[in-house]
Amino acid sequence: MKHIAIGILGAATLGLMASAATAGTLDTVKAKGFIQCGVSTGLAGFSAPDDKGDWKGLDADFCRAVAAAVFGDGSKVKFTPLSAKERFTALQSGEIDLLSRNTTWTSNRDSALGLDFVGVTYYDGQGFMINAKKLPGVNSALQLSGAAVCVQSGTTTELNLADYFKKNKMEYNPVVFEKLEEVNAAYDSGRCDVYTTDQSGLYGIRLTLASPADHVVLPEIISKEPLGPAVRQGDDQWAHVVRWTYFALLNAEEAGVTQANVDEMKTSNDPNIQRMLGTEPDGKYGSDLGLSNDWVVNIVKAVGNYGEMFERNVGSGSPLKIARGINALWTKGGLQYGPPIR
Amino acid sequence: MASQEILSEEPNRGSFINDPKIRSLVFQTLVVILLFGSVWWVVNNVIDNLQRLHIASGFAFLKGRAGFDISQTPIAYTSDSTYGRAIIVGLINTIIVAVAGIVTATIIGFVVGIGRLSQNWLIQKICTVYVEVFRNIPPLLVIFFWYSGVLAVLPAPRDSIHLPFGSYLNQRGFYFPSAIWGDGSWLILVALVVALAMAWFVAHRARQRQLTTGQQFPVFWTSVGLIVGLPLLAYALSGFPVTFDFPKQSTFNLTGGFQVKPEFLSLYLALSCYTAAFIAEIVRAGIRGVSKGQTEAAAALGLRSGSILRLVVVPQAMRIVIPPLTSQYLNLTKNSSLAIAIGYPDLTATAGTVLNQTGQAVEGVLIMMVVYLILSLVTSAVMNVVNARMALVER
Repeated sequence: MKHIAIGILGAATLGLMASAATAGTLDTVKAKGFIQCGVSTGLAGFSAPDDKGDWKGLDADFCRAVAAAVFGDGSKVKFTPLSAKERFTALQSGEIDLLSRNTTWTSNRDSALGLDFVGVTYYDGQGFMINAKKLPGVNSALQLSGAAVCVQSGTTTELNLADYFKKNKMEYNPVVFEKLEEVNAAYDSGRCDVYTTDQSGLYGIRLTLASPADHVVLPEIISKEPLGPAVRQGDDQWAHVVRWTYFALLNAEEAGVTQANVDEMKTSNDPNIQRMLGTEPDGKYGSDLGLSNDWVVNIVKAVGNYGEMFERNVGSGSPLKIARGINALWTKGGLQYGPPIR
Repeated sequence: MASQEILSEEPNRGSFINDPKIRSLVFQTLVVILLFGSVWWVVNNVIDNLQRLHIASGFAFLKGRAGFDISQTPIAYTSDSTYGRAIIVGLINTIIVAVAGIVTATIIGFVVGIGRLSQNWLIQKICTVYVEVFRNIPPLLVIFFWYSGVLAVLPAPRDSIHLPFGSYLNQRGFYFPSAIWGDGSWLILVALVVALAMAWFVAHRARQRQLTTGQQFPVFWTSVGLIVGLPLLAYALSGFPVTFDFPKQSTFNLTGGFQVKPEFLSLYLALSCYTAAFIAEIVRAGIRGVSKGQTEAAAALGLRSGSILRLVVVPQAMRIVIPPLTSQYLNLTKNSSLAIAIGYPDLTATAGTVLNQTGQAVEGVLIMMVVYLILSLVTSAVMNVVNARMALVER
């Protein structure tokens, strides 16, 4: 029901908002003193509350990185958990300032929905998970004809699923829920045979099931799912701040600036690092963005560089143990490439 | 009427300000201007803001390809169908569960409501407990109770519970054989229609005969005989054209036959049980509202207790029962939107998915509100007709 409430709220806000030009998001955020960040309702590795109620994960840390860039303090974030259906309305209506919620960048969302995607924090693809104990002998998605498939509604996943089964002339019964937890419960109880979502998500969800070892992720990847943060369209200044926060995380990793050595690095003679960390005399790359000149130092101090963020949340330092793969830096054969700060 | 005449006959106090007619006119005009002004302001602002935020608007999106599948499709629908058709599928699913729920809730409600007034201690207590339990639990919990508490703990498809007539029950739902109508099976349908017409005719004649001669005729058993016998005869005469498709075990699920999904089952059962508790109370109030003298007079005439209930008490109770019953039917229809919690593809769920895939929140919510409004108004209209027919006709 909540999405209806948000829908009505959104409609109401749209109706009641004065049509005069509103202040930029960066100024509004600075004035209120925190960033309202839209995250998932709980996807391990990306955004999920831990046992103390602190939000953990790659997407949650990205929110902290933006807060660190703006305020110099990564803790000035308030999180809004959103279902797949609620997320865009929440951003459109101004309820949140930034959507960092494993959301796929598509042309339609970028144009007709009034959103602006700023980058790809995680290159993903859609996969399938089955209970190997209950379904021995199934080792390819092409054997899934006739299966009941659990999927979250209002996602690109739901559309890819329909396309994939249609293309391969297979039948399936969709079992569709609005909330991730409901899909998880239905799959765990055996209401459906197959769970489909982004592969990273499948690894995260597998950990939350009753007996994770029984479940296997099938090898097929059926779609491109570039996941990244989005902001409202038409506010270029705020889009720049968020986009360059992401690039700063990549550049920091490329230059070897880490959470541990960032203070030493400030004394570095490397002009590239000096420009990045704001120690170049007369450099004003930060203030051009509307931030302080030590913005990258603040980001790295708060969450580390992109590589550290990745390993801590979804990589070797996490229970998910996902390899960097195509999410490695371009220098290591991956797709992550940060334009230079200069 | 009298007070208005007195008002208008009051002497004019010489000023427009004190003239009640002019005053009321002025205030009414002001209210209308305010109302339309604020509506216009809101609509204008919405359009303005949508444009400013670069969000597409308008209803052209309804013609776009939906691209997603729906688990229960009463009309032909694939992922190639339009968004508009997806919403219609959702609407039909809502109507299916609402109508099925209303029928069942009414039956359970009447049985329990009459049961609460029973002389039998056990029946009376059971009905009281039923009402108190279901009336005091939120409908969403009742839905979860059926979905997670009852249907989800049924065995997996491989260990389905085998029921009579080749039907199965498992956590994926209830499977039963579906009929395949072969050549010549139209004769059975014709026989059924003829049987229904004959049954109506027999009932009509029997009533006339009873009115004129006082003799009774076994209408019920004759009708049953006609309605069951004639189609069976037609079935035999046309050479047994109907075959059955039985559910069979396949890799993942049972295939073939007809499947009732657990999402529908739990929503239907929950809405029926929940609303029946309220209907039972309405029925009890209605029966209590019929004066005791009526029952006593009927008994004095020598009617049996069953006939007293059927012929004297219930027809009079219905006049009290129908108006609040309408509200319960509306509640049930609107409560069906809780389907979203268990993934039954009703109007709220499919229109919500469309809303999300297209991002057109304002239009999506507007469509949902208008459709529920129309559903409720139609239900009210139908019940008003029933009410008018039941109302006391004064002669």
